[in-house]
Amino acid sequence: MKHKSITSTIRTPFNRLDIKNGRVELVHGSGGRASAQLIEMLFKTHFDNDLLAQNNDQALFAVDAGRLVMTTDSYVVSPLFFPGGDIGSLAVHGTVNDLAMGGAVPLYLSVAFILEEGLALKVLEKIVISMARAATEAGVKIITGDTKVVERGKGDGVYISSTGIGRVPSAVNFSGDQAQPGDAIILSGSLGDHGIAIMSHRENLQFETQIVSDSASLADLVACMIEVVPGIRCLRDPTRGGLATTLNELAQQSRVGMLIHENTLPIKPQVSAACELLGLDPLYVANEGKLVCICDPNDARKLLSVMRQHPLGQDASIIGRVLADEHAFVQMETLLGGYRMVDWLSGEQLPRIC
Amino acid sequence: MCLAMPVQVISVDISADTAKVSLGGILKEVSLALVDDVSVGDYLLIHVGFALNKLDEDEATKTLEIFAELARLHAME
Amino acid sequence: MKYIDEFRQRDVAQALASEIKKTVRPDRFYRLMEFCGGHTHAIFRYGLPDLMPDNVEFIHGPGCPVCVLPSSCIDRAIERVQGYDAILCTYADMLRVPASGGSSLFKAKAAGADIRMVYSPFDALKISQDNPQRQVIFLAIGFETTTPPTAVVIKQAAAIKQPNFSVDCNHVLTPAALLAILTPADGQLNIDGFIGPSHVSTVIGSEPYEFFARTYKKPMVISGFEPLDVMQSILMLIHQINRETYCVENQYSRAVTPGGNRKAQALMAEVFTQTKSFEWRGLGHLPHSALQIRENFSAYDANLRFPVETAPASEVKSCRCPEIIRGIKKPHQCKLFGTSCTPENPLGACMVSSEGACAAYWSYGRFRDPRYKINTINEA
Repeated sequence: MKHKSITSTIRTPFNRLDIKNGRVELVHGSGGRASAQLIEMLFKTHFDNDLLAQNNDQALFAVDAGRLVMTTDSYVVSPLFFPGGDIGSLAVHGTVNDLAMGGAVPLYLSVAFILEEGLALKVLEKIVISMARAATEAGVKIITGDTKVVERGKGDGVYISSTGIGRVPSAVNFSGDQAQPGDAIILSGSLGDHGIAIMSHRENLQFETQIVSDSASLADLVACMIEVVPGIRCLRDPTRGGLATTLNELAQQSRVGMLIHENTLPIKPQVSAACELLGLDPLYVANEGKLVCICDPNDARKLLSVMRQHPLGQDASIIGRVLADEHAFVQMETLLGGYRMVDWLSGEQLPRIC
Repeated sequence: MCLAMPVQVISVDISADTAKVSLGGILKEVSLALVDDVSVGDYLLIHVGFALNKLDEDEATKTLEIFAELARLHAME
Repeated sequence: MKYIDEFRQRDVAQALASEIKKTVRPDRFYRLMEFCGGHTHAIFRYGLPDLMPDNVEFIHGPGCPVCVLPSSCIDRAIERVQGYDAILCTYADMLRVPASGGSSLFKAKAAGADIRMVYSPFDALKISQDNPQRQVIFLAIGFETTTPPTAVVIKQAAAIKQPNFSVDCNHVLTPAALLAILTPADGQLNIDGFIGPSHVSTVIGSEPYEFFARTYKKPMVISGFEPLDVMQSILMLIHQINRETYCVENQYSRAVTPGGNRKAQALMAEVFTQTKSFEWRGLGHLPHSALQIRENFSAYDANLRFPVETAPASEVKSCRCPEIIRGIKKPHQCKLFGTSCTPENPLGACMVSSEGACAAYWSYGRFRDPRYKINTINEA
């Protein structure tokens, strides 16, 4: 939904930006008239809100008494556009999700762009529109930002950095060090969609698939979960490095072990097939719209039920439980009933022929 | 040795000596330089972008039947 | 996925496990070598050791073409890229293989060498067509599964006379490696049977193994790649060991025939010839164990086009890969295992890829190490 610029009623001092044919130039990052034009005609037009319209280098806002969370993340995904999203929507969802994993209601985002000289303005506009849409859907406002331009060849089109602020309800105390032996581990949905969607668009991989990225804001799902079980131990979203990395992080933080069951892991058939073809383990493939929840075992069924009623949690599954283990190993019962470790990712997971 | 997997032939391009194959819905193009007489519906074993061999579906069925029988007997114990 | 999922069924696995338990004799051990790295990977990835009785032991073989390449091979590849400003195309598996002095293709790439990951030798040929002003070298590795594709692409390059394309051939041969395992220098062979490679056998057939089974009196079962294939093969081997027979059996009958893929074999013979000797990491110099490009295709031989001098390979002292590859030692019996040698920093062949025994133990199975005293499996 395009926001009507509040400057449209004032005679604009700027010439029209040629979005259709124009390109990002070094002068757009230098802080002068061209910068102001880009910000006014592109960013502010689409991110339009009262705080952004203050037109200062900082956004001024009041907060209710209580606890806040803040998070920051950078987005360097290539290709910029992929099935199910783009670097813009990813930049909103990713940061919003980090806030949501703290149990927070996301409030505001700042975004900083590093643009490569020569980037087509219509590409930038597409990204910005996508961010605006993602922000609206997630219920956040983009209230401040920055733009820099680097020389051709020194960037990858666009890099985006995003910082978010959210408010944590008083009953909520999520933390990765709170998992206890006996706790249930719940996964909100299918693994590996984002990673495979990205890979299918990498030029030399040459496979066709209908898999789309699962990039989405989890804030609403989390709010529904908190409503029924405010005492969740912790939430975390398995992004880069996949589920395996997240479970190992939590196991180490809480000094516990974990046991998951391969036959409970939701994986789409095409994701499974792509992993087979490339020799990848879906446990290590990236997600951008899933969460892991650790909770008291008595709350697991209730949470599962509420998650499954939400569009982003329809395939939610109880995948295992927390164990007492000072070595913080994550183990998996395989499809066949044997056991294997789910180790930390060593290096980058690369496709293999052997 | 080495990752090779069974895929189904969706279409054959005789002039290019390639086939479009499907693994669980994922589509890929592979070279047929190492195999002969490939038809749509055949199963091939593929490795590094090449079909290595045709899968013998009768033999596969025989193996699976042995498995099914074993499982059936075991369930009765 | 058809012909994949059916070979991963839990109830069949439980049935096979039960059959194996009933078939083993309680008064002896069954030491079975899975020759192929892919089988090592499958065994640990599915947790097959947990489904075996205590007297069935897996010995992990040298059939990992990434693991057995000596560091001198990587050193030469890096020399060529840097010395001739060439583009080196390689399968991803090779990127982290340790070269001399702690280097690797990965590190050379990070330092600016033009090293590109490919998924097929055709990709490398295409890169040479897209970059006519640069030399493009394809680092060819693999056992007989991967060799025919390289042969096809060399022929294609010759047909279109692609001037800037060449191949650094490091294809190795399974029978030679099998022979090395069966004829250890100290005469100590503690292996009762062999789980034979899957996809090498689709190319070379099951016939070549007859000589080894007969001569060295060891049963061999050519096994498919999926866990149920491996379990059925184990059962077949145990039967043979009990009966004291030593035949070659083909469990992977859906993909392997006695004669193999004749077309692929003919192509390999057309383009390649055997080397007199080749150096293997962990096994030393083995005669007639690798391939080199024939004279009539020598224009595409990177070894001739880009001669480089490198120091002979030297393995890390205290690295026990040679014993591990032969089944004499287990990974945790190597001092370096898990301490200075880990998947992040592999010092020896067996830790290099997930196919290697040490890597498989570390990543999938180190929780079984008795030093950890974990009861989680029982607790589960």
